Amino acid sequence: MSERFVIVGAGECGARAALALREQGFAGAVTLIGAETYLPYERPPLSKQAMAGLETPLPKTIASTERLTEADISFCGGTWVTAIDRPNKRLVLSGEETLGYDRLLLATGCVPRRLPVPGADAASIAYLRTYDDALAIRSRIEGGAHVAIIGGGFIGLELASSARRRGAEVTLIEALPRLLTRGVPESLARRVEDEHRTHGVRMMFGDGIAELRCDAAGTQVVLTSGNEIAADLIVVGIGAVPVTGPAEAAGLVVENGIAVDEMLRTSDPDIFAAGDCCSYPLPIYGGRRVRLESWRNAQDQGNLVARNMMGTNEAIASVPWFWSDQYELTLQITGLVDEGHETVTRALGDGATIHFHLATDGRLVAASGIGPGNAVAKDIRLAEMLIGRGARPDPTALGDAGVRLKGLLAA
Amino acid sequence: MANWIEACAADNIEEEDVIRFDHGGRVFAIYRSPEDEYFATEGLCTHEHICLADGLVMDEIIECPKHNGRFNYKTGEAKGAPACINLKTYPVKVEDGAVFVAV
Ligand SMILES: Cc1cc2nc3c(=O)[nH]c(=O)nc-3n(C[C@H](O)[C@H](O)[C@H](O)COP(=O)(O)OP(=O)(O)OC[C@H]3O[C@@H](n4cnc5c(N)ncnc54)[C@H](O)[C@@H]3O)c2cc1C
Repeated sequence: MSERFVIVGAGECGARAALALREQGFAGAVTLIGAETYLPYERPPLSKQAMAGLETPLPKTIASTERLTEADISFCGGTWVTAIDRPNKRLVLSGEETLGYDRLLLATGCVPRRLPVPGADAASIAYLRTYDDALAIRSRIEGGAHVAIIGGGFIGLELASSARRRGAEVTLIEALPRLLTRGVPESLARRVEDEHRTHGVRMMFGDGIAELRCDAAGTQVVLTSGNEIAADLIVVGIGAVPVTGPAEAAGLVVENGIAVDEMLRTSDPDIFAAGDCCSYPLPIYGGRRVRLESWRNAQDQGNLVARNMMGTNEAIASVPWFWSDQYELTLQITGLVDEGHETVTRALGDGATIHFHLATDGRLVAASGIGPGNAVAKDIRLAEMLIGRGARPDPTALGDAGVRLKGLLAA
Repeated sequence: MANWIEACAADNIEEEDVIRFDHGGRVFAIYRSPEDEYFATEGLCTHEHICLADGLVMDEIIECPKHNGRFNYKTGEAKGAPACINLKTYPVKVEDGAVFVAV
């Protein structure tokens, strides 16, 4: 009988892995199971073009029905995997059916972190992860509405930018003294803050949330200071938590996500995990365990895990990379900023800036940049290659916009 | 009949690099290879219509600045996800230090 590979989670990573298995010549059966009813689609547009555009967006599909058929991938949408029966190598599905596997991939992604205050679970409080979430929010931010966004992370900020574009009033509430406290240098976060102010977003820092209230009088955010903010819509964007339920119940090791090794294998040799749901050791940072929520990471790991399920045993070599679009600005970050000790700044002109983050031994460990359009893209990509090679570039050269980074790559 | 349009001076493009060229409401990307040859493709990525001239050229590959879709700019061939549709390519000639594209 031919080998059966089953993938749980039909998001960016699961869909990419299914296609990659065929691209790599896997001849057995491939089944892709997803809880959402849509064909696999991309999430990044949900807070950007899909939210800001005038027309009701369609999901941006990763794999069409024809492509899935052509690749002989059985796609089961609208189906939950409720349990993993490891001794018998079978999955239990939402309809009580079961499905056998020889090798299993868990690509279950994340769900939004819930705000742990009274009222945060009311149906009218919005969270953004899925296409359905985006449609629901979108229909409520039309002209003149007042949107209160809780959380100054990427999702909240992109949503603020899109809501302003659609003519809504926006108040953004962040418990800490500044935006983007995780993995973004302060100067970049300040630049983002200025941009939002310029576009008329009202920002409140350093105040926690006591309660969310929905009553006949409308919806209000009650702050720990006692202040109240009335809004037509409250959106919570305070981060995401990995989906680990079935893995944990099956006894797999979970450590800030489903724990995998550098080949994306869980503690069960026939079960792999990849994408937003897994934590893994990054060889270029001495095996430091990370969990990334990034579109390209989901793609890279989808490709890698497909090869490893087929027995390639290849270790992760890619460098973290992330982007965010807000108004006319794009921010890109590669590597891990908090590994840096010293920062060198390169001004690219036109308001575009790149920070290079160097470790105490001079190794380039991250680069973070912001600018109009894709002004920082080329240099961030080159920085990513330098990081991947463990390069120790001359700081003076890094800071001098007249020196081509490509030249440093050859050195 | 080829319609040759002057796009830029040959030394406007650095070696192993790319620039954007707009003509007739369309966007093109013009490349100079490490071997000092010139090429042209349509200028927007087939994945999300991002301007390719902001991307990185390495050997004969152009990478989209947004999502790292990769193309061979000499043939237009898409080199893998997320880019799966090839780029159109256009003939190029260099005369008297100027680059011409047949649009
Ligand atoms: C609004 C938004 C904007 C973003 N913007 C950017 C950006 O600008 N740049 C960037 O780099 N990244 C961005 N991201 C992050 C990026 O989209 C994710 O990193 C990527 O989607 C992760 O892919 P994944 O396949 O690991 O998880 P997901 O895409 O979350 O897919 C997981 C899927 O598994 C399903 N699932 C979970 N459990 C089960 C189960 N038990 N049974 C069946 N199915 C199950 C879920 O329903 C889901 O469909 C954004 C994310 C969001 C939400």
